[in-house]
Amino acid sequence: MIESIPLPTLDDPVDAPFWAGCRHGQLLIQHCADCGRAHHPPRAMCPHCRADAFVWRPAAGTGRLWSYAVPNPPLLPAFAALLPYVVGVVELDDHPGLRLVGALAAPGASAIGGVDPAQVGIGAPVAVHFIAVTDDTTLPCWTLSTPTPAAIPAGTPASREDLS
Amino acid sequence: MSALKNPVEAPIRDRTAIVGIGQTAFAKQLAPTELQLACQAIRAALDDAGIAAHEVDALGCFTQETTPEFEIARNLGFGELHFFSQVAHGGGAICGALGQVALAIASGLARVGVVWRSRKRGDPSKRQWAGVQPRVGDHWKWSRPHGLLRPADEVAVTMRRYMHEYGATRDQLAAVALTQRAYANANPLALMRDKPLDLAGYRAARMISDPLCLFDNCLESDGAIAFVITSAERARDLRQTPVLIHAFSQGMSREHQLMTDYHGADPLVSSSAATAANLWRQSDIQPADVQVAQIYDAFSPLVLFSLENYGFCGRGEAAAFAADGGLAADGRLPTNTAGGSLSEVYLHGANLVSEGVRQLRGTASSQIDDARTCFISTCDSTPNGALILRR
Repeated sequence: MIESIPLPTLDDPVDAPFWAGCRHGQLLIQHCADCGRAHHPPRAMCPHCRADAFVWRPAAGTGRLWSYAVPNPPLLPAFAALLPYVVGVVELDDHPGLRLVGALAAPGASAIGGVDPAQVGIGAPVAVHFIAVTDDTTLPCWTLSTPTPAAIPAGTPASREDLS
Repeated sequence: MSALKNPVEAPIRDRTAIVGIGQTAFAKQLAPTELQLACQAIRAALDDAGIAAHEVDALGCFTQETTPEFEIARNLGFGELHFFSQVAHGGGAICGALGQVALAIASGLARVGVVWRSRKRGDPSKRQWAGVQPRVGDHWKWSRPHGLLRPADEVAVTMRRYMHEYGATRDQLAAVALTQRAYANANPLALMRDKPLDLAGYRAARMISDPLCLFDNCLESDGAIAFVITSAERARDLRQTPVLIHAFSQGMSREHQLMTDYHGADPLVSSSAATAANLWRQSDIQPADVQVAQIYDAFSPLVLFSLENYGFCGRGEAAAFAADGGLAADGRLPTNTAGGSLSEVYLHGANLVSEGVRQLRGTASSQIDDARTCFISTCDSTPNGALILRR
């Protein structure tokens, strides 16, 4: 059993730009360079047009909680130390239907957890919050946006066609 | 009823039968190795069938099985093998393993097949999530770093969404665990035979991954189960009531993601829906004709999801169906009648198949009167498969 938080590999050419974006504080979403559709998790090939070239565009970084779980022990030691923590599935505001798994964190926190599960509900507005867990790995986590959803930054793509 | 009589479109229909079942003792921990347990279960299944080991020429197992086919063959004294296949995805595999061997026999590639599952999981170090690596390179890289570590956590996410969409409650979900525990209390071989469970006990249980509590999770156990399959023609001359494989399909939905199946257009429509469409298409027996069901239940929500994806209930209706007694012996669809993975033993669903066979033989501990049709499914959250059995 590992003692640390399991980390993603960062050198897979299919998703390396995603993790590089996280390190630079950007939530990058993969788009097909040919038909423009957005994908997550990233793909090696666009299932709509079979193109294999992609561009990465920043998402607004806001969404709604689609669902969540509150894991209890037994857990890996690194997560047992963070209890109680909430792991959500977030649907992005600017990419309806595109969902990312991510843990909730308190605003400004440097670790996940610190959020009262009783304050969490499906549909809650959330904003991305990057947490550097090692020198090379930054995870996109989420904070509850209260009392109103965070404003969506200007200039970000918001086309529903991306998902059609 | 859209049953097709054309054999080209239903190449497997009633052409093979499960003619032998065998199992070891079930326990939290057993001393023998997985190879030893596999040998014991297969020997028992062959004895049950009255078929000699040297006649076996086909094998089916899980990719997760630790014992390779050649070890099974050399220990049991099988003949020359002509077909061996392994099916992936753990809880999604047993019906595929059986169905692929049945296809080999129905097509004439092989004559006698053995399918087995041997597993020692009582030791916590053997549990799947305990094997999480420091760097995750497969699709779990999108969820495990965030603390969504165990299958229970992954199913908890979907169950909470289900509760949100349909207004289902934990008390309704409890009916799955309570009904199956009652079946286990009547099954002298079930691990939970002596442990009754009521709603107060369910409500008081510790949470494992909210909204799932301890009793929504399968047992962690050791044991092995094996099956013998041969042609329906041969089966008529054997000692047991032939249990015919009437229909079979595997299924994987578009956009499927193993266990973290949250990314499709409608995550509550699972790979079971893909299996269901192709299964019922081949089958003279339709959902309304099924007398007893064995539905994969590593986690109690999977029973609800499967009831809907296989068409036994409408969308959002399964929780009320369970809470209103639909799964009980006197209900519309008696389900997991030996106690299932929650209360009999957790053997990746192989125990559900052996119970289905017992029901059709008329030898089950909670026997459903004159059971002639049985539905068996595998894990709703993985690529999966299902069988229709009849006698």
